[in-house]
Amino acid sequence: MRQFTVEEIRQYYEDLKAKTEKSGYRLNPDEEYTLGIVESLLTNEERYGYQLCPCRLTSGSRQADLDIICPCDYRDLDLAEYGRCYCALYVSKDVTLEQLSGSIPERRNKKQQQESEKPQQEAQNAEGGIPVWRCRVCGYLCARPNPPEVCPICGASKDRFERFSLK
Amino acid sequence: MEIREVEGKDIGSIMLYALSTCPWCKKTKALLNSLNVKYSYVDVDLLSKDEEMEIEEELSHWTTQMAFPTLIINNETVIVGFREQDIRRTLESMGA
Repeated sequence: MRQFTVEEIRQYYEDLKAKTEKSGYRLNPDEEYTLGIVESLLTNEERYGYQLCPCRLTSGSRQADLDIICPCDYRDLDLAEYGRCYCALYVSKDVTLEQLSGSIPERRNKKQQQESEKPQQEAQNAEGGIPVWRCRVCGYLCARPNPPEVCPICGASKDRFERFSLK
Repeated sequence: MEIREVEGKDIGSIMLYALSTCPWCKKTKALLNSLNVKYSYVDVDLLSKDEEMEIEEELSHWTTQMAFPTLIINNETVIVGFREQDIRRTLESMGA
């Protein structure tokens, strides 16, 4: 397994921090801790071809892991409830030391995992008209025949989108 | 299967299921090291698929969901997640 240099990790961290803050989120201010997670993300990218959540085990394929590619589908829910994501890479503005002192419950369950294995984008638009797509990472909605290549708000890839309906 | 033993004071059986990439697992290892107790651990993400399924089966006796870190102490106490106070209290009651 490839080892990353301190400079490579630092560079990736700076880029991620800038990108994160630009979109209104924030990284854990404990720099040493955050650099450790960044290293794990880079390791996972080497290993699996995508940035699997460092705190979760792969199910063996990108399709099965879609909901736990960082930033995961659960980040915003955990930021709202616990002030931080599962790994504590992302934190809310008023996160407390107490909230950063240990693990939080795993929000993901097997059912969600299986759902994410279903290819979302093959869904036909039965009602006719233009379908609405929802970014599972940040909630961005757009109406167009297909989802965008990357989410214009958070940068998540096309396969992180699902069909959205009010029903 | 790669189960690592860490030397220290033997206060009972302490088994840690971890991921090599997970910061909370690293904190758990650091806590056990600082308490100077003997324990075993396995980094599940570094195992083969077959070994991983063995672990999944093993863990399913203890918890409904695979989450890391999971500590199994004396084959009876299960602590899921890095819960420093719980881990400390449990191990200290055993003589750590």
